[in-house]
Amino acid sequence: MPLCLSVEGLAARRGDTLIFRDVSFSAGEGAVVIVTGANGSGKSTLLRIVAGLLRAEAGSIRVAGGDPQRPDAVDTRTETRRDLCHYLGHRNGLKTELTVFDNLAFWRSFATAPSRRHGLEIEAALEEVGLLALADLPVGVLSAGQQRRAALARLLVAWRPIWLLDEPTAALDAASDAMVSRMIARHAASAGIVLAATHLPLDLPQARALAMPGPPRREDVGGDDVVWLDAGQVDGPGAAP
Amino acid sequence: MRRLLLRDLALAFRAGGGGLTGLLFFLAVVAIVPFGIGPDVKLLARIGPAILWIGALLAALLGLDRLFQAEREDGTLDLLMMQETPLSLIVLVKCMAHWVSSGLILALSVPVFGLLLNLGPLAIGATMLTLFVGTPALTLIGAGAAAVTVALPRGGLLVSVLVLPLAIPVLIFGVSATQAAIEAPAAFLTPFLILIALNLLFAVLGPLAAATALRSLED
Amino acid sequence: MSDTSLTIRRFADLANPTRFLALSARLLPWICWLTAALFGLGLFYALTSAGDYQQGETVRIMYVHVPSAWLAMMTYMVMTLSALGTLVWRHPLADVSARAAMPIGAAFTALALVTGSLWGKPMWGAWWVWDARLTSFFILFLMYLGLIALNRALEDPTRAARLSAILILLGFINIPIIKFSVDWWNTLHQPASVLRMGGSAIDGEFLRPLLLMAGAFTCLFLALHLGAMRNEILRRRVAALRRQAARGALTAGGPA
Repeated sequence: MPLCLSVEGLAARRGDTLIFRDVSFSAGEGAVVIVTGANGSGKSTLLRIVAGLLRAEAGSIRVAGGDPQRPDAVDTRTETRRDLCHYLGHRNGLKTELTVFDNLAFWRSFATAPSRRHGLEIEAALEEVGLLALADLPVGVLSAGQQRRAALARLLVAWRPIWLLDEPTAALDAASDAMVSRMIARHAASAGIVLAATHLPLDLPQARALAMPGPPRREDVGGDDVVWLDAGQVDGPGAAP
Repeated sequence: MRRLLLRDLALAFRAGGGGLTGLLFFLAVVAIVPFGIGPDVKLLARIGPAILWIGALLAALLGLDRLFQAEREDGTLDLLMMQETPLSLIVLVKCMAHWVSSGLILALSVPVFGLLLNLGPLAIGATMLTLFVGTPALTLIGAGAAAVTVALPRGGLLVSVLVLPLAIPVLIFGVSATQAAIEAPAAFLTPFLILIALNLLFAVLGPLAAATALRSLED
Repeated sequence: MSDTSLTIRRFADLANPTRFLALSARLLPWICWLTAALFGLGLFYALTSAGDYQQGETVRIMYVHVPSAWLAMMTYMVMTLSALGTLVWRHPLADVSARAAMPIGAAFTALALVTGSLWGKPMWGAWWVWDARLTSFFILFLMYLGLIALNRALEDPTRAARLSAILILLGFINIPIIKFSVDWWNTLHQPASVLRMGGSAIDGEFLRPLLLMAGAFTCLFLALHLGAMRNEILRRRVAALRRQAARGALTAGGPA
């Protein structure tokens, strides 16, 4: 069975606010899903939930064919998904005191042997993002765009099938935008899945858009978007002292 | 894993790292005690091991709050949580690195500071040995508290408040093993073995608690 | 919209605290009356029973000291059970229970320390000695304060509950170790010169008021704990209502 990521009826909350609900999509090998939506519509939250860093309020995330030993298995465990995903958040996950090379070498050393084998050598990955000349500089002295590119190179040094990119083109110039498009296209072409939240139109023919529904309107949910301390129940039988 | 250890050590001893600050703080504590209790050489020699232990306890707490906070600020923590390696093992390795840059350095510096407190060679040796064995437990307890307070902007003070009660057994058995070694060598082994047992216990509990706390952040 | 799973979950979540509020509203007055009755009876016996020939009138401090020490430990047990409820079953009432128990436990521990110190003055001739039991309780007090400080520092109640649950469990495993180490330390530094209450069997004359007072303290804890839990639930509801009102104003005033 080829790799397939399917998300069904996902809902998320922050504090006692429901950020989104009923988010469903499925992505097979080679799929590029661009998550769109207004600020605060939960794009980052969706990516973090898929990455297994946040717990979903409701819904399920299934990965099929993630385990080459058991190709027919469908897995809903967060632990399995975490190992299959590369996550690029707002923060780059690089130590500013260490050199670009050391940072990448660190993440490469953490990967399992097969994902290292499928990934690029550090020099090749740096070449890809155009940072080879700066490999021996500490990350701290690079510009914001260069740091972002170094963070993107992290995705290349160890192979993981699912990429979760949160604003990958933040701080990048037009030329680098094109580079990110190329990277995403190549990853999709190599049987990967890309889920990216970005405002910028990426130049990708196979990309599908996933529009976040935005926060549920009040009349939709009738005020029950407050957790178990439901507002509608304050006047209920049990509340009066 | 070896990479993580080396990376954390490199970060600790780089400018801005906490590695040598602990040593400096240790020196300050040891230096300030005679001003508080007077320069009586005999008294200092008697309570010297205890002073060194208290100094080490306080110095080990320094920088503990940054153990996970620094990783969280630059996004590394998210990525560490997504590795095939279990998070508790990653925490354990980070604790080892912190211990090398705090507890081990302090234990190695005892010969110098012991002279300031007029300790004899036996007392210096005993303090070094017990600090060497006891300080990992301090770091491991601290890891749990550091993980619990990782989301707090000013968690440093809270880490100390949470760690100190839990660290009291380590202090008690560390100091009594040292005293026993100096005064009654026959009674040395029991507290020393308990100290080792505490170490092993916290090597399990600390990383487990820290990993659970980090996973439950969910922000 | 097919969001049955969401609705059911929310309903289940909602049912518990609401049912709890209803149930506790009915129970609370009874527990309060029982507490008052037990205290009346216990205090009567405590004040009229004969004084100890050795300790004189000061022995009556025991009737407050010992129950508050028991309750200080029981509160930690309640918190430990709540912490398990939070971590294992993710039960929202467990969060509330642990948080509500913290200040009560700290108060009982403080009471045990103060009465212990008052009792110690005539017995040991000093307000404070580093007696093994007093020291252990002092550390327990520090742990309570640390937990309260952590809860005050964390704003989000769910996160605060899960993090304090981890600490409560860590503390629970540590309490026997701390107790053991303090005993060790104490015997090392103070060879048995301290007068101890334990050991000799307690006479029935003392036992009756002591048990009555223990019962009264337990009921007091139940009443305080239930009341504090109710307050915590209501406080969260008020906060939720306020946020909702703010959002309502936002949707009404903003563009459609």
